[in-house]
Amino acid sequence: MKSDSRISKVQELVYEIRVRDVMEDNVVTVSPQTPMSQLQDILREKRISGAPVVDKDKLAGIISLDDFIRWLAGRQDDCPISEKMTRDVKTLYADEPLIHAVNKFEKHGFGRFVVIDRQDKRLRGIITKGDIIEGLLKKLEIDYHKEETQSERIQRFFEDIYADRIALFFQYEVAGKDFKRAGESSSRLKATLGRLGLHPQVIRRVAIATYEAEMNVIIYADGGKIRVRVEPHEILVKVEDRGPGIPDVEKALQPGYSTAPDWVRELGFGAGMGLNNISNCADRMNLRSTLGKGTHLSIHIFVEDGVKSETN
Amino acid sequence: MKLTELIEKLNLDVRSAKANLDREVTGGYASDLLSDVLAHSKEGNIWVTLQVHHNIVAVASMKDLVGIILVSGREPEQETIDKAEKENLVIMVTEMPTFELVGRLYNLGVTGM
Repeated sequence: MKSDSRISKVQELVYEIRVRDVMEDNVVTVSPQTPMSQLQDILREKRISGAPVVDKDKLAGIISLDDFIRWLAGRQDDCPISEKMTRDVKTLYADEPLIHAVNKFEKHGFGRFVVIDRQDKRLRGIITKGDIIEGLLKKLEIDYHKEETQSERIQRFFEDIYADRIALFFQYEVAGKDFKRAGESSSRLKATLGRLGLHPQVIRRVAIATYEAEMNVIIYADGGKIRVRVEPHEILVKVEDRGPGIPDVEKALQPGYSTAPDWVRELGFGAGMGLNNISNCADRMNLRSTLGKGTHLSIHIFVEDGVKSETN
Repeated sequence: MKLTELIEKLNLDVRSAKANLDREVTGGYASDLLSDVLAHSKEGNIWVTLQVHHNIVAVASMKDLVGIILVSGREPEQETIDKAEKENLVIMVTEMPTFELVGRLYNLGVTGM
C-alpha cells in the first residue's frame, strides 16, 4: 500500500468489511481418513487447490495440491490424508476485519486461509486473495451506485445555508465557428454539476439541453455566453448569442426544420432536432430572437422533477 | 453482455480507453445524426456511427454511452482519440458496414428497444 497520508476508500473498506462478508462459505472439506490417492480427483473435480481437513466438525488440518505433489514425487505407498496434512493451520476468525486477512496473506504468503468461528472454533469458510479483491470490488460498486442514486449533496449543502434566496452561478464563453472546442462548455458544466452531487438524470437533461444550445451558437452565431443559475428548486440555463437571429421562431421549433449549410450537416449536426431536444429536456423554455441582433434562449429544469427522463 | 465479449466475438479493434472494457452493454443505437443520438440513445448503449470527428465523444459521454463503433473501416481522427482517452470512452472500429454490424450485434442479443 502507498504511504500516502490520506486514507483511500479501499483502506477504509478493509477496516470496515469483515472476513465473513467476503469468504467462501460453501467449503469442500476432506476427512483425515480419506486416502491420498483420492485427493487428486477431489481437487480436480471441485477445481480447488487445497481443502481443510475436518474431523467430527473440528478443524484437524489443511491439505494442498503441494502436499499431494510432494507425496506423489516421493513414490510412497497410499496413506490417509492425516499423515500428510499440515496440522498447524493458520486461521482467521470470521468476525475479524479484512485488514487482518490482508496482513496475514502478506506475512505468510499462503494461497488461502481457513476461517473459523471465534467462539466454537468450528469451520466457517475459506478465504483467498481473489475473494478479498472480489469483495472489495462489489462493495465499491454498491457504494458507487448509492452515490449515484441517493446522495444529492447539493440539497444538503443548500439546507445548511441560511438565506432568503440561494443561487450558484456559472458562466461559460462560447467562441463562434470553433468546432475544435465545440461541446466544451456543456462538458465542463456537466462535470461541475456532477461535483455538486445533483441527480444524474437532472445533470443529463441540463447537459443535453446546454450542448444543443452551445452547438447552435457555434454553428450559426459568432459566439455567445452560457449563464447557469443553480437554485434548490431549479436550474436555469441562459444562452445568448450575437448571431443573425432566427427569422421564424415558430418554424425553427418544428422538428426537422433546419437552415444548416451542407458542411455542418455532413458532420452530423443541423438535423433540425436541436431545439426540439432542448424543449424535451426542459420543463420550461423561452426563445427570443431579434434579426441582426441575436438570440436569447432560457431553459428551466426543475430539480424536484429530477427523475423525468431526458428522452420523453 | 460485457463490452469485452462483443469486441472478441465481432473482432473489433479498440482505438481508445483500452482499460475501460469491462462495462455492461445495455443495448444499442445506430445513427449519424448527433442530435438524434442525444435524444434517443440510452445510458449504457453502444453507438454505431460513421462520424469520426471529436464531437461524437462529447455526445457519447453526455449520454453515458458505453462505447462507439465506427463502421466501414473509418478511423477516428487523432483529436477524437485524444478526447476519448481523456473522457475514458471506448472507440472501436470495424470493416463491416452499419447494416451488417447491427445485424450481428442483434444476433448476440444487443437490442435497440
